[in-house]
Amino acid sequence: MPRRIVTGIQGIGHRVIDSVWRLGYASRFFLLTLLKSGTSLRRFGLIIRELYFTGVLSLIIIIVSGLFVGMVLGLQGYETLQRYGAESAVGTMVALSLLRELGPVVAALLFASRAGSAITAEIGLMKATEQLAAMEMMAVDPIARVVAPRFWAGVISMPLLAALFSAIGIFGGYLVAVILIGVDEGSFWSQMQGAVDFRYDIVNGVIKTFVFGIAITAIAVFEGYDASPTAEGVSGATTRTVVTSALAILGLDFILTSFMFRGMG
Amino acid sequence: MQRTTMDLWVGLFVMAGVGALLVLALKVGNLGTYSAADSYTLTGNFENIGGLKVRAPVKSAGVVVGRVTDIQFSTETYDALVIMSIDSRYQFPKDTFASILTSGLIGEQYIGLAAGGDDAMLKSGDKMMKTNSALVLEEMIGRFLFNKASEGDGNEDAQKN
Repeated sequence: MPRRIVTGIQGIGHRVIDSVWRLGYASRFFLLTLLKSGTSLRRFGLIIRELYFTGVLSLIIIIVSGLFVGMVLGLQGYETLQRYGAESAVGTMVALSLLRELGPVVAALLFASRAGSAITAEIGLMKATEQLAAMEMMAVDPIARVVAPRFWAGVISMPLLAALFSAIGIFGGYLVAVILIGVDEGSFWSQMQGAVDFRYDIVNGVIKTFVFGIAITAIAVFEGYDASPTAEGVSGATTRTVVTSALAILGLDFILTSFMFRGMG
Repeated sequence: MQRTTMDLWVGLFVMAGVGALLVLALKVGNLGTYSAADSYTLTGNFENIGGLKVRAPVKSAGVVVGRVTDIQFSTETYDALVIMSIDSRYQFPKDTFASILTSGLIGEQYIGLAAGGDDAMLKSGDKMMKTNSALVLEEMIGRFLFNKASEGDGNEDAQKN
C-alpha cells in the first residue's frame, strides 16, 4: 500500500517535470525556427506553397462560418435591441463584437482545427517516415526547409483570414438586419461608422490575430516535430495541437483584451 | 522559378484578405469619414460634461463638423476643459454657443454648436465663452421634485387667499 502511494506521487512529479521539460524544448524550438527562417524568407516560393495549403484551402470554412456567425449576431442583436427601441444599433453591435472578439477568436479556432492540425499531421508523418532524418543526411536543415515556411505562412494568413471573417460577418449581419428584418440601411451603416474606431477597434483586432497566428503555428509545428514516429504518436500530436491551440487562443485573448480594452472611449 | 496556378490562388487570397481589411477600415471604421488633416482646435469650459467621451462628435445643425479630442479637468476653474478639433471648412462666429446634448433618450452625448451673430470668427486655439452643461438626469429629477414640493406650498397659499 505505501509503495502504491509513493509511485502515485512519483507519477505526478514525473508528469510535472516532463511538461516543464517539453515547455523548455518548445521555447528552444521556437527560437530556432525564428533564427533559421532567414533562408526560407529568401526562398519565398516555399512560403507561397504553404500559404496555399494553410490560407487558400481554409477560405471556404472561414467564409461560410463568418457569414453564419454574422447572420446569427444580426438576429440575436435585433431580438435584444428592439426591446429598448434601439434596433438601429444592431450594426454597431455586429461590427464591434466581430472586430474585437468573435472575428479574431472564432477565425483562430477554425484555423487551428483546419490548418494547425494539417501542419502537425504533415510534419509528424514526415518524421514517422524518416523524411526529416533523410533531409538531415543530405545536409538540408529540416527546421529551415520544412518548419519555418509553414510557420511564416500561418503567421501571414491568419490576419488575412480573420479580416475576411469579420468583413463577411458584417455583411451577414447586414443581410439579416437590413434585407430580412428591415432595419433602416442608413442608420445601420452610419451608427456603425460612428462607433467603430480604426485604431481602437480594427488595429487592436489585427494585433490579436497576429498573436493568435504565431501561437497556433508555433504549437502546430512543434507538436508535429516532437511527435513520436508512430501512427499513434501522429494522431496524438494532432489532437494535442487542436486542444492546446484552442486553450492558448482563449487564454491569450483574455490577456490581450485586458491590455487593449479598458473601458475607455 | 516557374509560375504556377498555386501562385494565382495565393495572390487572390492575399488580395481578398487585404481587400477585407480595407473594407473594414473605410466602410466600417471611421477612417474614411473623418481625417485630422485640415482642422483647427477650439476649447471650452463646461461646468459638467455628463457622459461626454473623447472622440464624441461635434455637431452643428445636426451635421458632424468635428470631434472631441481631449477632456481634462481644470484645477484653476474646477470645471471640465474640453478640447475639440473642427473641420477647417466650417468657421464659427466668436459668440458661438456650445452645449452638451444627447442624441435620443439614451443615446451618446455630443457637443452641439449654435452659431452666434458676431462678425469675428473663432480662430484655432480660441476658447468658446458661452457653454452649456450636460443635463444630468439625477439633478433634473431632484429639481423637479423640489419644484413639485414648492408648487404644493404655493397651491396651499393660493387656496388660503
